[in-house]
Amino acid sequence: MISGYLITILIIIAIYAMLAHSLNIITGHAGQISLGHAAFFGIGAYTSAMFYTEAGFPFWISVPLAAVVAGIVGALLGIPCLRVRDDFLAITTMGINFVVEAIFLYIPFFGGAMGIGGINLPKWFGREMTKPEYFILILIVFFLLLLLDRRMGRSWIGLAWASIREDEQAAGAMGVDVVRFKVLAFILGSAIAGLAGGFYAHFLTFIMPQNFGFGQSIVVLSMVVFGGIGTRWGPIVGAIILGVLPEVSRPIMEYRTLIYGVLLLGMMRFQPGGLLGSGSILSRTFQRLSITYGSKGESQ
Amino acid sequence: MILLEVKSLSKEFDGLRALEGVSFNAEGGEILGIIGPNGAGKTTLFNLISGIYPSSAGEINFQGKSILRMKAHQISCLGIGRTFQIVRPFQNLDVESNVLVAFGHRFYPSLWKSTGPFRRPEIVKEIATLIERAGLRPYAKQIAKNLPLGFKKRLEIARALALKPRLLLLDEPSAGLRFEESAQLMELIRQVRDQGIGVLLIEHNMQVVMDLCKRIVVLDHGSKIAEGSPEEIRSNPLVIQAYLGKEA
Repeated sequence: MISGYLITILIIIAIYAMLAHSLNIITGHAGQISLGHAAFFGIGAYTSAMFYTEAGFPFWISVPLAAVVAGIVGALLGIPCLRVRDDFLAITTMGINFVVEAIFLYIPFFGGAMGIGGINLPKWFGREMTKPEYFILILIVFFLLLLLDRRMGRSWIGLAWASIREDEQAAGAMGVDVVRFKVLAFILGSAIAGLAGGFYAHFLTFIMPQNFGFGQSIVVLSMVVFGGIGTRWGPIVGAIILGVLPEVSRPIMEYRTLIYGVLLLGMMRFQPGGLLGSGSILSRTFQRLSITYGSKGESQ
Repeated sequence: MILLEVKSLSKEFDGLRALEGVSFNAEGGEILGIIGPNGAGKTTLFNLISGIYPSSAGEINFQGKSILRMKAHQISCLGIGRTFQIVRPFQNLDVESNVLVAFGHRFYPSLWKSTGPFRRPEIVKEIATLIERAGLRPYAKQIAKNLPLGFKKRLEIARALALKPRLLLLDEPSAGLRFEESAQLMELIRQVRDQGIGVLLIEHNMQVVMDLCKRIVVLDHGSKIAEGSPEEIRSNPLVIQAYLGKEA
């Protein structure tokens, strides 16, 4: 059987992949930079934790509620973000992250610096889920989210997001209700981040404000950028690589951040579109392979 | 029938009067030229009509309905398409998707309809016709930023036509184009007019303006200084003065 260590890493990576995927909706698809995505991850985690520990709701209700609450807060916080663009948006979202973290830290209701404990893995068939089962549950949910993402990408919504990403003013002049579609991206991205937060809380069994700070936002953004911003699989690949890296580099612990930094810098320099971005070495190789082996499938 | 009615329209930017009391009418199937020296307020006028900026005062009526307080996306859905002085296609999307974005204007207002797929056979066919008419068929799958300027300008027109507009605002379509490119573009504009679409044309190339327009409005320092046929405009002393300055 798989060792406990391995399954823990797998679950954490799957949760990060879901989180990176959700940020990709806001930043990759709709083109709205966010440096505070961990805030919604945290809102989801805290919502689910509070409903579970305080209200006694089961996992199966508290986690969907986490998505709903994070989505609503995402819509509300998305409104001030509508007035700003680019670097100002980056600063605003960053500010949101600090405020949300501070609320968790300083309001006793949320457990303060001590955080919230006693959150457990979900129960089914009268017993607690095992870790491998929990991993499969996350994968199933993630799979459904990817199906939704594919459907979105082929819909008018996906097209409207792309036009906003390219040129907001021109998009407006072409009939795209920029405000509505931006808010939609914020809601969807925040709700999925909240869902990931719910899974995270129930896995860690104990959460505290520091888990959802600015540093966490940067890690998630790095995953998205590293793998390929705006692509469907890029953020997942980014989450896997950047999630595995700290584990395999344990022997050279002291140089870990150095390697991390060099990797990101090299990426910016040589593959600005990310590993799976258009024109990257990997995506060109896939294209060549699919042409060479004469398949009729899509070349992406 | 009057398609667009602009009445004493003004726009002020932090104390700077960019447009002051401009009035004119535009009709369907007609190309109305808008000329004037740099900084006369021509592009500002377009930005007010298309709802990119709010107007400071005045009236804008489109098909008898006030559009003064409407947002850009509402105005474009009503049937006013536009191009930009400095071309703004969606650079990283291909030609087809560029046109599709505007075609979607009928789906965006309903969230439910927006979730529908955009690659449906009947839609693809209509888009192909629009692209064909703009002479861009061989480039349908090309990314917009890789197209030469002349094609980008045609793409902007094709995109605006996907809105099924009654009125088209063209901001300096011939600027930066070679002679042949410009001639082809003017032919496209004529075809658009012949479909009964009203065209407002900002243009610096006087030969183009005199060729295409039956009527011309002249702006200078934010005000309308003349309106009339190309012949009248050519011989109007105020216009000559605005362009060449007063004799010493």
